[in-house]
Amino acid sequence: MNSTNPFALWRWEALFQNFDNVGSGFLRTFQVAVLALALSLIVGMIIGILSTAQNWVPRSIARVYVEIFQNIPLLIQIFFMYNGLAMAGLVLSEFTIGVVGVGLYHGAYVGEVVRAGILSMPKGQHEAAYSQGFNYTQTMRYIILPQMVKSILPPLTNQAVNLIKNTSVLAIIAGADLMYAADSYASSSLNYGPAYVLAGLLYFLLCFPLATFSRKYEEKLKKNDSIVVDIPEVME
Amino acid sequence: MIKLQNVNKYFGDHHVLKDINLEVAEGEKIVIIGPSGSGKSTTVRCMNFLEEPTSGEVFIEGNQLTAKNKLEVVRNSSAMVFQQFNLYPHMTVLENLTIGPIKLQKKSKKEAEETAYRYLDIVGLREKAMVYPSTLSGGQQQRVAIARSLCSEKKIILFDEPTSALDPETVQEVLDVMIQLSSMNITMVVVTHEMGFAKQVADRVIFMDEGTILEVGSPEHFFENPTHERTKEFLSKILR
Repeated sequence: MNSTNPFALWRWEALFQNFDNVGSGFLRTFQVAVLALALSLIVGMIIGILSTAQNWVPRSIARVYVEIFQNIPLLIQIFFMYNGLAMAGLVLSEFTIGVVGVGLYHGAYVGEVVRAGILSMPKGQHEAAYSQGFNYTQTMRYIILPQMVKSILPPLTNQAVNLIKNTSVLAIIAGADLMYAADSYASSSLNYGPAYVLAGLLYFLLCFPLATFSRKYEEKLKKNDSIVVDIPEVME
Repeated sequence: MIKLQNVNKYFGDHHVLKDINLEVAEGEKIVIIGPSGSGKSTTVRCMNFLEEPTSGEVFIEGNQLTAKNKLEVVRNSSAMVFQQFNLYPHMTVLENLTIGPIKLQKKSKKEAEETAYRYLDIVGLREKAMVYPSTLSGGQQQRVAIARSLCSEKKIILFDEPTSALDPETVQEVLDVMIQLSSMNITMVVVTHEMGFAKQVADRVIFMDEGTILEVGSPEHFFENPTHERTKEFLSKILR
């Protein structure tokens, strides 16, 4: 008779005999996270630049985007793409929904980081560029954005951490990601304890190094008196 | 070369420039002095439309500056040196000097670098071409900024308090470079408190107070017999 302890040794043995599923879930989570991160950086860069434009039209477009994606739960956005778009005839794979859904959602947050980064650049940089005759686009491209990348790296990395954790919403639409794999193993084997602990550990393995890097890099920037972009934490 | 005609500037309710009229001839060296808040910085910043006048006209080489053509006019005619240097911290000294000529004046990289080295020689910083601005002292940074303003070879250079942010011991090295420039055929408009510099290079000194030009004259005039009580009072304070 096996022990009924939820963390009994035999439960762990059983879990690792079935590790393949969890392993491929981990791989899927990793792939979705990388692609969604790439998408969120592209979207965020565009939104961030639009939101600091002089003209009100691009500014409003950026504002509306950010407010919509930040103020509706990610889960509803995912459901909308999974069920809503499907009813409208656009059937996307769970993988695509993961990348696009999480990417667009975090694009709004990255946009806010980029915006704060652009606004944190000293006014003198814009003035020097203008006094040489650089137009707005050239000023952004040659002067502002290259400097900004360094100072927004810490908040951007925090976004990456949040994004990785948020890919776990895919479990709800059977996204074959880490959370889903762990959960389906757990409910079929009743080895809930080890399954969730392992999943948590794997998320931690992805996120902890990034979070540590972010903290260390920010300390370094502060020590060098560089510009530190502080983003109020409004997340999750 | 530069003409300000009935220029007024408001910041909100604050009337910072009151009917400024000023003409600067080609190659002329103008020094603007005055207490802080007198509008002298705003005046030079109107000359490249870093501040757009609330009313009045600004002409550069006969062309009226407008919101539409300002970038083009600035690109072709004027450069500026700032109190805070405003070098680009992510670029080396050489890149700071060449980015404008390469991207705006469409010079080749080689040509832009040759020009850059020529002006680095003038400011005495050739050996710093490959370093980043943050490794330089304030005086060196400002000399690089002056070299940058020279690299696009424009007819006008505007100086907005170029030595005010410097340690006292580095002020002179920057002034020496500016004195050297004064022998070139460049129109210079300099906002400064350095009366020694004014005496040495200025064709005309302009004294501003409370948004108006109170007195214009040669440096000798200012040192020997300024007309206005206000001018005397100000000069006695800064010459002390």
